[in-house]
Amino acid sequence: MTHLFKSTRTVLLGGAALALAATALNAETLRWARVADALTMDPHSQNEGPTSTFLHHVYETLVSRELDGSLAPRLATDWMIDPEDPTVWIFELREGVTFHNGNAFTAEDVVFSLERVRKESSDFKGLHANVVGAEAVDDYTVRVQMDGPSPLYPQNLTNFFIMDSDWAEENGAETPQDYAAGEEAFTVRNAMGTGPYQLASRDPEVRSVLQHFEGHWDETPEVTEIIYTPITEDATRIAALLSGEVDFVQDVPVQDIARLEQTEGITVTTGPENRTIFFAYDMGSEDLRSASVEGNPFADPLVREAMHLALDRDAIQQVVMRGQSVPGAQNVPPFVNGWDAELDAYGPPDPERARELMAEAGYADGFSVDLNCPNDRYLNDEAICQAFVGMLGQIGIDANLVSQSRSLHFPLIQNDESDFYLLGWGVPPFDSQYVFDFLVHSTEGARGGWNGSNYSDPELDAKIQSLATETDLEARDATIAEIWQQVQEDRVFLMVHNQVLAYAARDGVNVDVDPENQPSMTRVTFD
Amino acid sequence: MNRLARLWDSDIAWSFRHSPVAIVAAVVAVGMIFAAIFAPWIAPSDPFHPASLNLMDGFTPPGTPNAFTGNTFLLGTDDQGRDILSTILYGARISLFVGFASVIFAMVLGISLGLLAAWKGGWVGTLVMRIADVQLSFPSILIALLIFGVARGFIPPGQREQAAIWVLILSIGLSEWVQYARVVRGATMVEMGREYVQAAKVIGVHPVRIVLQHILPNVMGPVLVIATIGLALAIIAEATLSFLGVGVPPTQPSLGTLIRIGQQFLFSGEWWILFFPAMALLALALSVNLLGDWLRDVLNPRLR
Repeated sequence: MTHLFKSTRTVLLGGAALALAATALNAETLRWARVADALTMDPHSQNEGPTSTFLHHVYETLVSRELDGSLAPRLATDWMIDPEDPTVWIFELREGVTFHNGNAFTAEDVVFSLERVRKESSDFKGLHANVVGAEAVDDYTVRVQMDGPSPLYPQNLTNFFIMDSDWAEENGAETPQDYAAGEEAFTVRNAMGTGPYQLASRDPEVRSVLQHFEGHWDETPEVTEIIYTPITEDATRIAALLSGEVDFVQDVPVQDIARLEQTEGITVTTGPENRTIFFAYDMGSEDLRSASVEGNPFADPLVREAMHLALDRDAIQQVVMRGQSVPGAQNVPPFVNGWDAELDAYGPPDPERARELMAEAGYADGFSVDLNCPNDRYLNDEAICQAFVGMLGQIGIDANLVSQSRSLHFPLIQNDESDFYLLGWGVPPFDSQYVFDFLVHSTEGARGGWNGSNYSDPELDAKIQSLATETDLEARDATIAEIWQQVQEDRVFLMVHNQVLAYAARDGVNVDVDPENQPSMTRVTFD
Repeated sequence: MNRLARLWDSDIAWSFRHSPVAIVAAVVAVGMIFAAIFAPWIAPSDPFHPASLNLMDGFTPPGTPNAFTGNTFLLGTDDQGRDILSTILYGARISLFVGFASVIFAMVLGISLGLLAAWKGGWVGTLVMRIADVQLSFPSILIALLIFGVARGFIPPGQREQAAIWVLILSIGLSEWVQYARVVRGATMVEMGREYVQAAKVIGVHPVRIVLQHILPNVMGPVLVIATIGLALAIIAEATLSFLGVGVPPTQPSLGTLIRIGQQFLFSGEWWILFFPAMALLALALSVNLLGDWLRDVLNPRLR
């Protein structure tokens, strides 16, 4: 009797093992490592690269950006300007889409999400500055009322995530988490979107698991499970790939590209990224917070010119970036509308002339100031800052390097607490207006959210605002050129270079380099 | 002269002369301490002076001329063009300063609290020793990280970089005082039962004087042993904190910061950026540790 019982159990166990093996064969797991984790699961709280990349797998947008830069349908199947009213955009929505909790996706969710993304604590509100309101015409049609003709508005929607309105109301999540104020909210660890994957488990800064959502409207991707691991240390991240602990490393340090290319079983793909790396300084305040002198030296155009002459972009490119960057002087990537080869050209550094300018400005003895720098966000960010500290030292500016994690660095800029900082900026709408709205326009209302330089010019602000409603594209481009001309003359930014991306994966895992560095794991294929 | 001769004939000196390990360790430790103290005169360049660096010197291998500038460096340069030899000398200076200062701080704090706990006894003694017990149940590096994080919260952002070194000393000191307090309390309890203390009490010597003048010198032996080993631990704790990126700023690297910078280049072939600072840290910590071991053996009556 006992014997019989034992053998039955063995058979049962064996059956279970077989069943497990079968699912393991169908499920393709991709182990994905990055330098940093998503800052939050709230889809409207942080307009930041790694956060958006992660959230695109859980949440979906109305439109998506193809690799060639064009817009493609996602949750919206079609979009048009109302033929009777040029200030209204109409979106036709995809039918038969459900959220991960089974709720149906309808126009109400879009109206709710648009309401949510425009609230004060949202970091994306600048992209919707021209929206007056939205209404659901029926379950699958939304009308968005703009404050004027806004021909380019859909370009701003590639990172506009749609959240389940019922779920948000049930959990008191109608307002985006205020990240810069350090707020903790339900949406920080929980998500409810329509995306191809659902959040199976999340341990911030350690490991997140995403499972394919069976009820997703699109074809089933080859990758059905994603294990996402943030690994801050460069060497550790690469060691994880070399030892087979992860399949795909998104942020490959420039110093390791050559070594990985020579390693058998690893494929490295490189390509230009839609992202600039630049320094900015507070040029608008009366006094600086950390400077050794009274007043604000950065307000003096001579000091700014001296700093520009001190920066040796080629040395940074050759040594710090090992050739993996595209130096330039205009703070916008070459494939974005408004880029100008002439403005992007830069001369050789001239520390001697810079010292003369410093003396002329009354800072012959120099001054000291804090330089805030992230150490886990951009390629070799801390090393770039360190190199510039040395170059500034040669013209008498003693910069104290304060380098810290991006979760501490970014709030300094958004809360206007930094005198001098390094920042990177990607341009998802591929248009200069995005740069102006966030970085150049005075900090007021929905605009200027990342303008830590306190640069403010009402005339320029008016020009920036006109871009949103200008329908004559030629006149619009002329205004963009005018704005860039002034931004360059006033030296609002100290541009360093455009980033070059490198992805590395084990052979057999195919990932294309995405210029926005927003790869979707639904596009990954296995050999 | 007489005193020197007496020292030469003492037990400790005899034991030192007959322990090759102690001699080698002492030579290495003293040599490194001297090199660190006189770094500004020995080092070929000042790596903490950013203006003197040339970025194009970066990644020069040891002993070979740089491809762009033609400069040669004995131990090579790091990613910023800093001479590794100079950086090690200056870095060891910071590491040693933090090490000594935090040991002294922990020692003063631990001895005072240990004496207090033993002398007062009662609820004061219980309170001090329970705090020590609770703290012992956490790894000291964790406590240092905690103190470091809290202290940074109090310091205005502009002064954090200058204050970083003092915060390091404070956090390592506060995480290590327990060892001293426990040993001193135990030894003091033993001494308090001895006749000379009883006698001092009877003739009415002030309690503070009894503790400081009569008891303290008799409990200093074990404290010195802990302090020597504690110095090695403090240097490693500083290196660990800096390695984790919470220590001194990268523009003024200590040995730990240098190792953190160097390990980024482990896979790309620039081994010297990691190797030399790591070897310097190893030599320093090992020699101090061996000296501590030797001192313990000499001062431990049971081993004789």
